[in-house]
Amino acid sequence: MAKSLFDEKLNSGKFLVTTEIGPPKGTDVSEMIHHIELLGDKVDALNVTDHQSSVMRFPSLGGCLLIKEHGGEPILQMTTRDRNRLALQADLLLAYSRGIRNVLCLTGDSLDVGDHKEAKPVFDLDSVQLIRMIRTMESGKDLGGNDLKGKPEFCIGASVHPAADFIEPQLIKFEKKVAAGAEFFQTQGIFDLDTIRRFMQYARQFNVKILAGVIVLASARMARYMNDNVPGIIVPQETIDELASVEKGKALQKGIEIAAHLIKTIKEENLCHGVHIMAVGRESIVPDILEAAGLLTKENKK
Amino acid sequence: MILGCGTCMTVCNAGGEREVSLLHSALRLAQSRDGGEIHSFQEYTVKRQCDFEFLEVLVDRVKEKEERGPSPPPPLSGEGRVDAILSLGCGVGVQTVAERFPDTPVLPGVNTSFMGASKEWGVWDERCAACGDCRLAETAGICPITRCVKGILNGPCAGAKNGKCEANKDMDCAWALIYKRLERLGQLEKMRRYYPPRNFRTIPRPRRLVSKSEVPGGSHG
Repeated sequence: MAKSLFDEKLNSGKFLVTTEIGPPKGTDVSEMIHHIELLGDKVDALNVTDHQSSVMRFPSLGGCLLIKEHGGEPILQMTTRDRNRLALQADLLLAYSRGIRNVLCLTGDSLDVGDHKEAKPVFDLDSVQLIRMIRTMESGKDLGGNDLKGKPEFCIGASVHPAADFIEPQLIKFEKKVAAGAEFFQTQGIFDLDTIRRFMQYARQFNVKILAGVIVLASARMARYMNDNVPGIIVPQETIDELASVEKGKALQKGIEIAAHLIKTIKEENLCHGVHIMAVGRESIVPDILEAAGLLTKENKK
Repeated sequence: MILGCGTCMTVCNAGGEREVSLLHSALRLAQSRDGGEIHSFQEYTVKRQCDFEFLEVLVDRVKEKEERGPSPPPPLSGEGRVDAILSLGCGVGVQTVAERFPDTPVLPGVNTSFMGASKEWGVWDERCAACGDCRLAETAGICPITRCVKGILNGPCAGAKNGKCEANKDMDCAWALIYKRLERLGQLEKMRRYYPPRNFRTIPRPRRLVSKSEVPGGSHG
């Protein structure tokens, strides 16, 4: 039996579309709720980021609860940066008890890139160990070997970096995540089709679903900033040039076109199992991307 | 008393005889410029601050109450009395000196940072966290706990670019180094292995190591 709605879709053969929502810095969740309502029925699942780039925000778990409340299928992003194994397990128990059944297991960015640089980095576990920990909990035991009263069951995702400039160690880590029990992968941002083609040639041998990460760039400046400051993101020069070539004020439109074209090609050429759209703070443009990529059905064009 | 340490602190130019003397001059200069209260300084460098045995030579110099007989009670800034020890030892040295001289304030004169290897003249790189859970046999002699900013055990995160860490562009990605060296040694299977979460109980703080071997004249036997 499928563990979640998303799990069911993962195994349906359908081209999958997920996106993500960044929670607010503060208690005002009105904009996040607006984004949930805007996107909940247009994609197969909504990730909520977990203090992305180590910037303190409303929690991922809280965002997933709001998705349960307002409609949509949540994917809980969970990093090991800020919580030790007790806190991670506790959050997973809470998540499961409230109907959150998909978890994306991440190590998390270094605190050095965020807004609380002086905090104590936790990293009690790494992403591979986090996946294994969930599988242990599913067997009815916690990580200390004690019985759980009521055990969880999750559809587990992880990340992979096909565009890394040193790919071999990344692939070893990918295989460890597969062996640990990851069922689906969201890749780090990909900007060229060759990268995804090459990666899929290798990854198809594993029984996991791969969603290509698509980042929407709003300007050449943003692309350069990301290259310099955002871990794991490598925007190729051609993409930067393309964004820089349009007249002022049209760069975001260009960014949407680039993303939509990428998504459309991935789908048409059946390059991988789906896409994960990262609009980085511009959640409201996701419907435009879906529209431009031909991914909106009649009933959710509203 | 400005107290130097003749071992590690001397080697890394942070708290040996030379630094003690430089600090002494600097403090005297500062004092004469400010024209405030007149302190007198004395310098001394022991072989090792982290060993009680080497601190015994200080007893006559520090002149704590107990060493000066029962009565009369000494004046606070009596002649020859050391009011405070400014230790240029590492954190271990500072604490050992403080334990030996319970009536004398002991101040840290350096900010002990890490245990490093001397990469080139004047450059030290942290290599060991002395964590008590050594992984070096599996990681080709490159420590992921010390040299990876996340201290993770199952391979690299996705943050490195050009072989450099996401946290610091001047710092090599430890896992890139580990991969390259394991590959060179034909031991990549060590990286493919799964490593379970660390056992932090091997390192409850503060740690104590009791030697199990017979030490002639030693107290633990």
